[in-house]
Parts: sequence; structure tokens; C-alpha cells
Amino acid sequence: MMVKITKVKTQIDTLDQPTRKKHFGAVGFFIGTLLALIFWHELMKEAIIVKKIINNAEQVVEEMLQGVVLAHPQYVKRVEGFNVLVRANSPVAGKVGLVSGGGSGHEPSHAGYVGKGMLDGAVAGAVFTSPTPDQVYEAVRAVDGGQGVLLIIKNYTGDIMNFEMAAEMADADGIKVAKVVVNDDVAVENSTWTTGRRGIAGTVFVHKIAGAKAETGAGLEEVQRVAEKVIANVRSMGMALSPCIVPAAGKPSFTLAENEVEIGMGIHGEPGTHREAIRSADETTEHLVDKILKDLPLAAGDEVAVMVNGLGGTPPMELYIINRKVAELLGKQQVVITKTFVGNYMTSLEMAGFSVTILKLDAELKELLLAPADTPALVQY
Amino acid sequence: MANVILAIEVLADIIIANKEKLTEIDAAIGDADHGINMARGFEAVRTKLATAKPDDIGAVLKMVGMTLISTVGGASGPLYGTAFMRAAGVVQGQQVLNSDKAGQMLAAAIGGIKERGKAVKGEKTMLDALEPAYEAFQGGLAAGKSLAECMELATAAAQAGLEYTKTIIATKGRASYLGERSLGHQDAGATSSYLMLAALTELAKGQEQEG
Repeated sequence: MMVKITKVKTQIDTLDQPTRKKHFGAVGFFIGTLLALIFWHELMKEAIIVKKIINNAEQVVEEMLQGVVLAHPQYVKRVEGFNVLVRANSPVAGKVGLVSGGGSGHEPSHAGYVGKGMLDGAVAGAVFTSPTPDQVYEAVRAVDGGQGVLLIIKNYTGDIMNFEMAAEMADADGIKVAKVVVNDDVAVENSTWTTGRRGIAGTVFVHKIAGAKAETGAGLEEVQRVAEKVIANVRSMGMALSPCIVPAAGKPSFTLAENEVEIGMGIHGEPGTHREAIRSADETTEHLVDKILKDLPLAAGDEVAVMVNGLGGTPPMELYIINRKVAELLGKQQVVITKTFVGNYMTSLEMAGFSVTILKLDAELKELLLAPADTPALVQY
Repeated sequence: MANVILAIEVLADIIIANKEKLTEIDAAIGDADHGINMARGFEAVRTKLATAKPDDIGAVLKMVGMTLISTVGGASGPLYGTAFMRAAGVVQGQQVLNSDKAGQMLAAAIGGIKERGKAVKGEKTMLDALEPAYEAFQGGLAAGKSLAECMELATAAAQAGLEYTKTIIATKGRASYLGERSLGHQDAGATSSYLMLAALTELAKGQEQEG
């Protein structure tokens, strides 16, 4: 606001003296209107920002992390000076450490899954921005119990580069580091693109199953193998009814017409495959499940795990309505649903919408999926 | 040395001034954070510059690179950070910058970006602005032009490269997930690269006129 007013002053100063006198009334009126417009614009901008329950856009990650630690001290502790939360008893000696993370704004991912049977550490980047290498490196150091550390990365260029740089730093320290890249989103896939697909809610299954494997005392290579197996068998796709507002940007990341939805958008508000007029829950769900099953063909008798994931702005009521349709569609194919997860697992701030994830199980994945987990966001006996 | 610190300040100014514009461009085909992230990085660079007392040009650039890597995040942090670190390597221990060195720095920076991002020209990234810029800069040097003139050629080539990114489909970065939907939009990274070159060119022209 200050900058804009300064600019207006500069304009006045550059007018030569006689002109200023002659047209003082007109110029004054013009300037006045301009100032009023600028003021109104700024007010509107602030009004949008105020629609978030935050204190300061620059402090959202810091204050959130403080809140998480206060809520779950039995599960997590903060690595002093870093945006890293690790298990309260880290490092767990003799166990492979699991580190995941990414931009903030996907809560309960990723810190919500730190605990027994899942992750050892979670790194929180700025909102929707991958964490920097020094942060990931600190997480690796904090969770290494002598058996090495597995990095679970979602397939975004920034995440991969920052986690790779962290791995290089940890390697130099003599810590064994392996990594897997989750790429479950079938929406904007095209295997000929070298960068591949985005990683979204299917990542939670990787946390769960690789975490259970690590808990058995398996070595780094074994844990990595199981994580890769999940990635090979998990597919997701989502849709959005409304955009989200990144606090630092203060305005919606995209706009949709009143009756429009975005099909296949990313969890950072990246555009999807197309926009269309809103359809019923059943029609939309069928569209997404069809796309998933085209990529992950299932036969009668196959066992799967299902996740109906809310993006932050959709009520459980709607998620359950969607789940009803997913179960019906899979039932028609005589696919057996071994376990269903319905809720907010990988969100996009307040975006309204959902994603469906299907994980094809074999005996090993099934056993690890059903193994106990005790974390802030996922508890299972 | 003082010129290099001034140049870094100019870069910080141009990025911070264009924070919203860069974020808007990124929103069209990416995830709407390029301006925010780059501005956060260069705010940190400004703060460091105000207190740090680097001994030589290499040390200044190394500090900029490290600061960007540890504050920007996303893809731009490692890419620009690596670029500055590599440029620093060329002028380690030196107090004065000449045209030849500037060309070598640009080459080293581009090499770093290619390695870190595993990218080449034509994939709708910052390389589409930077590689033509480097070629134009070297062309200017070979023709015996001044630093400011070489920079002007480089900036014009970067601008053409930026226009070119509107005409191609992204195959790297988040925009690549969109395939054809990325057509018609310019790349955010190429935009910030162009802006930085343009700002440095203005600086070089101003200094040359001062004599």
C-alpha cells in the first residue's frame, strides 16, 4: 500500500508547476479517485487474507509446528531450530528410519504420520513448497538409528532435487540413505514424459506399509523394496470444487466458475486435465475410478485397500457418499475391499474436493497394511 | 567487488518487485509459488549482505547460492542456488570482474542448472531463456563489444527465449504434468531468469555511461 501511494506522489511531483495550478481541481479529483480505488483494492485483498484464521502469513508453518508438538508430545518432538518433527523417542536404535515431507498445507501429512508403525521424521517446507536440503538433512540425522534412512518423496521436481541434495549431504556423513518416489496420480500421467506423474494421497499407503516393514527390524533394502512395491500398485485421482488460498499469496490459486469443477488437479492447485460442469457424486466418482482402473486393471477376487481422501474443504458426509459409490463399482467387478480409509489424509488447505486411491494388495502388502500403527493421524490396532 | 554486491542488490530488488507477477505466471501452469519463494530467498540474501563481509567476488556469490538453497525451497532454490555456487567457483578469490569472466560465470551457472535439474533446452524451463542468452553474450564478446552491449544482446535473446516458452509443451517441472495445457503460457523460471538478466543489463549500461 505504501508503495502505491508513493508512486502517486511521484506522479504529482513530475507534473510541472503551471499545469498543476491550472488543473489542480481535475488532477486532485483524479488522484483522489485513484487513491480511493487503491485503498478499496487493498481492503479487498486484506479481506481475503482475513478469511484465514492465521496471525501472520510468514509465521504459519512455525506456529503450526508449535501447535502440533503441544498437541502430541507423546508422539513427536521438534528438532531444535528446524522445521522438522521426529518421533519423541528418536532415533530408534536398530531400526531403519523413515523420513517424508514436503510443502506444508497438506495436513495431517506429513507430521501426522510420525509414530510407531509409520514415519520417524517429517520435514515441513513453506506452504506448498518442498523443504530445503538442510532441513531434510537434519531430519535424516535425527532419525538415523544406525540402520540407514529411507526418504519417501512425492514426485515433484523441487522435492526430488532438495531431498537428493540432502541425501548427498547425509552420504558424506556416512549415513546410509535410500529413496523412493511416489507417483500415484493417474490424472495428468503420460509415461513418455520424463518427469512422470505427481505423487498424492497414495503416499500415505507408502508411509503405512514401509513403516510397518521397518518396525519388523527389516534392513534398508527390504524396506525400500516394500515401498517400491506399494508405489507400483497404488493409483489415485482427484477433483476440486473450489481453489485454495496460499497464505503468502493471499488469493485463490485458481478460479472456477460457479458451476464448474476441475478434474484431475494437483494437491497444490495445479491445473488438472479439464474443467466441466459439476455432476452428481456418483457420476464424478465413476469417472475417477474408471481412470484409475484403466491404469491398474483389477480382476475378480483381487484384494485392494481404498482411500477416499478429502482435500480440506469437503465434509465427511460427502466423502462417505463417494465411498459408497467406490465400493459399489469395485463390488461389480468382484474386487474385495480389505480396508477402507475415509477422511482427510492429504489435504490442500481449504480446497473442496476429494481424491480416490486404490492400492492392489498381495499377501505381504496386506499383512503390513493391517499391522498396528500409532500416530497422531492414524491409529490402528 | 562493490559492483558485484550492487549487482546482487539489483537482483534482489527486481525479484522482490516482481513477486506477485511471477507467482501469477506460475499459477497458470504450476503451483503458484515461484514469486513468493524467490522473494523469500532474496529477502534473506539482502539481510545477509547487510552484515556479512565477504572477502572476494567468489565469496559473495557463494553466500548468495547457499542462502537461496537454504531458504527458497521448491525447484528454484536448488537450481538458482546451484547456479550461483557454480558461478562463484569461476571467480574464487577475485576482486575484479571482466567480460570474459562474466561469460564463464554464465556458462558455469547454466551447467549447474542442467546437472541439478537434469534438463536441456526446449523443455519449457529457465534454460530456454539462459542458453540463448549465453550464446548471444559470447557472440557479442567475439565481436569485441563492451560488457553492457554483450549484456543487452543476452537480454534480448533471453526475451526471445521467454516468448518461445509460450509455444512449447512443458516436459520438466510441475507444468509438465499438464502436457498440452501448458501451451500458450510462459515459463515462470524463464521469466525470473530474463528479469535478472534485464536488471543486470540496466546496471551495466548505467555504469558504462558513468565511465
